[in-house]
Amino acid sequence: MTSTGFEPKIAAFVCNWCTYTGADLAGTSRIQMATNVRIIRLPCTGRIDPLFIIKAFERGADGVIVSGCHPADCHYTAGNYHARRRFTLFNDFIEFLGIDSRRITFSWVSASEGQKWADIVNDTTARVRELGPFSGYRDLVRSGLTGGQDAGT
Amino acid sequence: MRELKNLAKRLLEEGTVKVVIGYEEGPVGVRPVFVTRPADAEKLVFNSRCVQNLAAYLSRRRGHIARLGKSAIVVKGCDARAVAGLIRESQLKREDVVVIGMRCGGVALRPSDEGPLTPETVADRCSGCESREPKLADHLLGELPPAPPKATRMFELMAQIERMPVAERFRFWAEQFERCMRCNACREVCPMCFCERCIQDKSQPQWIETSPHARGNLSWHFTHAMHLAGRCSSCDECQRACPAGLPLGLLNRKMAEIVRNRFEYQVSDDSTVPSPIGAFKQQDPQEFIK
Ligand code: SF4
Ligand code: SF4
Ligand code: SF4
Repeated sequence: MTSTGFEPKIAAFVCNWCTYTGADLAGTSRIQMATNVRIIRLPCTGRIDPLFIIKAFERGADGVIVSGCHPADCHYTAGNYHARRRFTLFNDFIEFLGIDSRRITFSWVSASEGQKWADIVNDTTARVRELGPFSGYRDLVRSGLTGGQDAGT
Repeated sequence: MRELKNLAKRLLEEGTVKVVIGYEEGPVGVRPVFVTRPADAEKLVFNSRCVQNLAAYLSRRRGHIARLGKSAIVVKGCDARAVAGLIRESQLKREDVVVIGMRCGGVALRPSDEGPLTPETVADRCSGCESREPKLADHLLGELPPAPPKATRMFELMAQIERMPVAERFRFWAEQFERCMRCNACREVCPMCFCERCIQDKSQPQWIETSPHARGNLSWHFTHAMHLAGRCSSCDECQRACPAGLPLGLLNRKMAEIVRNRFEYQVSDDSTVPSPIGAFKQQDPQEFIK
């Protein structure tokens, strides 16, 4: 924890077959990792609409992790390839809208990569802690640009 | 222009098509017209005020036009990209439309703008246009006029945004989106927005807040740009339709640039080239994925 006491909230969208199982392995192996991440499990990275990531920021996340099966390992054969195309566009586009892409980690974590998952969690948490709170949406509320509605945080 | 009227008349008389979608002079500038009687083909015009992208009328969402029967449509090169997009995405069969391509010397910003085109009055999309002679055309009419002047507004604004630090960009867009009243004109006018049910209208769950404030508006414009990736024909009709004057063309141009850089894909009027979204390569770039 830094002297500011800021602990980022990080939403992780992960696929059921690889990363979720990998995260489970990290847990059962008792690997120590940051407790800032809330996992949201989906069937496949192909099911992760980039809008989920926007929604997470809108609702108060400071960082987001998106993770699924490595290329060629997708349970549904090609879901991650399709997802990769969307994430590529998303990752480049988001900067143009004014969201720092360093707040988002994309990764491939297989069911056997418990340690890699722990590293992704720790690295992302440290990076986002360094960047500070994501204040874009909160500032909108303060400046009245959301018609007085809260930021959902 | 005589050529266009004669062709439209012939297509209707022969029964090749039941309706010709084109342009006519209206009380305040050029407007779309749906010609169903051969005699009315005289109404058709084509000039630098024919700004509208009529391809929107071919989309299934405008079923009332399809019900008139097979159509012919008057297109500029840029509009042909939207027609090709509809064919590419199985919204339209190539044989179900007769494309009347017009050689083009550029159009004005608004259908009511009289006078010669200047860098101030010419539409943004005409700058450096390479499709002034549509390839997707059953009939190609007119002589190729000289290239239109170049507008630089959009490039300047783009460069200005690119110079901003990322947090300032968020602020810039929030201020732009704050003016959006969610009238959905940008969606209704878009030829490539053909979903029967837009994600914006879904309330269970509600992914995009419907009340017009900067937060929901950001989600909506982000989503529109994402859904239009590799599909937007850069007609700027969304921007023209917007009563609040949002610079929507910037979002679509940025996305087009990303698609070009990442997947070497350029939206064209060749409907046989598959869309970059919905296709993939095993070797696609992934340097940003850990
Ligand atoms: S973009 Fe090209 S084809 Fe379209 S109106 Fe301008 S000059 Fe004509
Ligand atoms: S046309 Fe303009 S005001 Fe209307 S929803 Fe689109 S961006 Fe908002
Ligand atoms: S998003 Fe705008 S510029 Fe692109 S096709 Fe739709 S209306 Fe035209």
